[in-house]
Amino acid sequence: MLLISCPWCGPRDETEYHYGGQAHVPYPETPADLTDEQWAEYVFYRDNPKGPFAERWMHSTGCRRWFNVLRDTVTYEVLRSYRLDEPRPELPQAGGNNR
Amino acid sequence: MTAEPLPEHPDFLWRNPEPRSSYDVVIVGAGGHGLATAYYLAKNHGITNVAVLEKGWLAGGNMARNTTIIRSNYLWDESAAIYEYALKLWEELPEELDYDFLFSQRGVLNLAHTLQDVREGVRRVNANRLNGVDAQWLEPDEVAKVCPILNVSSRTRYPVLGGTFQPRAGIAKHDHVAWALARRADEMGVDLIQGCEVTGFLKDGDRVVGVETNRGRILAGRVGLASAGHSSVLAERAGVRLPVQSHPLQALVSELHEPVHPTVVMSNHVHVYVSQAHKGELVMGAGVDSYNGYGQRGSFHVIEQQMAAAVELFPVFARAHVLRTWGGIVDVSPDASPIIGTTPVENLYVNCGWGTGGFKATPAAGWTFAHTIATGEPHPLNAPFALERFATGALIDEHGAAAVAH
Ligand SMILES: Cc1cc2nc3c(=O)[nH]c(=O)nc-3n(C[C@H](O)[C@H](O)[C@H](O)COP(=O)(O)OP(=O)(O)OC[C@H]3O[C@@H](n4cnc5c(N)ncnc54)[C@H](O)[C@@H]3O)c2cc1C
Ligand SMILES: [Zn+2]
Repeated sequence: MLLISCPWCGPRDETEYHYGGQAHVPYPETPADLTDEQWAEYVFYRDNPKGPFAERWMHSTGCRRWFNVLRDTVTYEVLRSYRLDEPRPELPQAGGNNR
Repeated sequence: MTAEPLPEHPDFLWRNPEPRSSYDVVIVGAGGHGLATAYYLAKNHGITNVAVLEKGWLAGGNMARNTTIIRSNYLWDESAAIYEYALKLWEELPEELDYDFLFSQRGVLNLAHTLQDVREGVRRVNANRLNGVDAQWLEPDEVAKVCPILNVSSRTRYPVLGGTFQPRAGIAKHDHVAWALARRADEMGVDLIQGCEVTGFLKDGDRVVGVETNRGRILAGRVGLASAGHSSVLAERAGVRLPVQSHPLQALVSELHEPVHPTVVMSNHVHVYVSQAHKGELVMGAGVDSYNGYGQRGSFHVIEQQMAAAVELFPVFARAHVLRTWGGIVDVSPDASPIIGTTPVENLYVNCGWGTGGFKATPAAGWTFAHTIATGEPHPLNAPFALERFATGALIDEHGAAAVAH
């Protein structure tokens, strides 16, 4: 089981959280101008890296707040947790989520 | 009662050739899908200058890790068509391949525990029948007749309110399926190359002309990806982005028991699926871990919940011991349906996104993927499963409709 640190409540078991997929996927700035392919990209395409991945988690049985986690998808190591208003922390081996 | 003995294997299964410098077709991944594709390329299209490249050992990926449930009771027409085609092929394959892989049509029960489950089940039975798929709705007493050890009492937390039953569904011995396909493909001249990892692609403009591997460059007229959990990682190296996410999915087996469980039982609501293997182990699975992962192990709480569900449904299992648990990595698409077809890169084809349920499709996946690679055009059965559907919006949304929660 993963041990994830909520930025407000501290380390808690994975079962207290809800997974929200890739982080840093902004809503399109000019939605009316998007082609079908660009909409498909926004709605359906997400990164799926082997290694560090920035993703969203929600502390559903705790403070019920969303936050971001950098987690390695191979080792399952939780590398960092950070608030939504904080930038993605730099990691030497960072991969994924670069677009 | 005693368990069935397993069949003897033929002495000779396949050669282990060195990779040649070029092939008409290179298939990446020697799981069931890659092997079936090679088999049908040779058998249906006469294309035998083919290599199947496997980074590990033959059929050691999800093919070796799945719970082997075969059924075709899908809701949507496109899915019913391809899975039913697969089921018809399963019914012929043991004889065609001359290999007893213990395909056992013992039926699959999908239980309903809520009014909504009941409505979904009845709807699916009707849809299945319209598509020529055998399906019945069973009331709780009829469910108990099919599987007497199932607890259909109304005093459980989530009582069994009925279930759908597909009598032609069942299980097969997965390793033997792979070996049976491998032997025939090999006999027809296909090179099955283990310990050969594809690390990149050779391209000429927008066209793929070969692959880079840990055993050197191999030129190829056409390249087909059948690499399951790693499909997006690999496709990205060819400059193709795929809308799939890789998740760990676990299963487990008990020690051997005498035959007590005559069918396959699946429940989405309490989320467990159970069958009894030919030797006597209870084989159980549940859902994927919610997060992305490539670690081939999953969360313990998933096992805990699936065991709790199993013991409530089958009180007789309360003292059974877990012998072994394992995980595989499955690639899940946004509409819980596979992607089989062409890619924006010429001569590069993809078969992926089967998520938690691609074993049952193995022969049809191979048949249609071989057709697509051989002709450059989709077969009518896989045309709806093209990558383009994510942009056109013509999704085949089997999430929740497929009689399994993904
Ligand atoms: C626990 C579990 C239970 C399941 N239960 C069922 C079930 O009951 N019924 C059902 O229908 N389906 C089930 N599935 C799903 C099913 O196993 C998969 O959908 C199916 O096996 C996928 O196709 P495949 O057999 O070709 O994949 P795999 O057997 O995974 O084949 C892909 C192969 O590609 C190789 N590969 C990857 N990258 C490279 C590379 N770069 N170079 C060379 N080779 C590479 C891998 O090593 C692997 O052998 C289950 C899966 C799991 C994990
Ligand atoms: Zn919190």
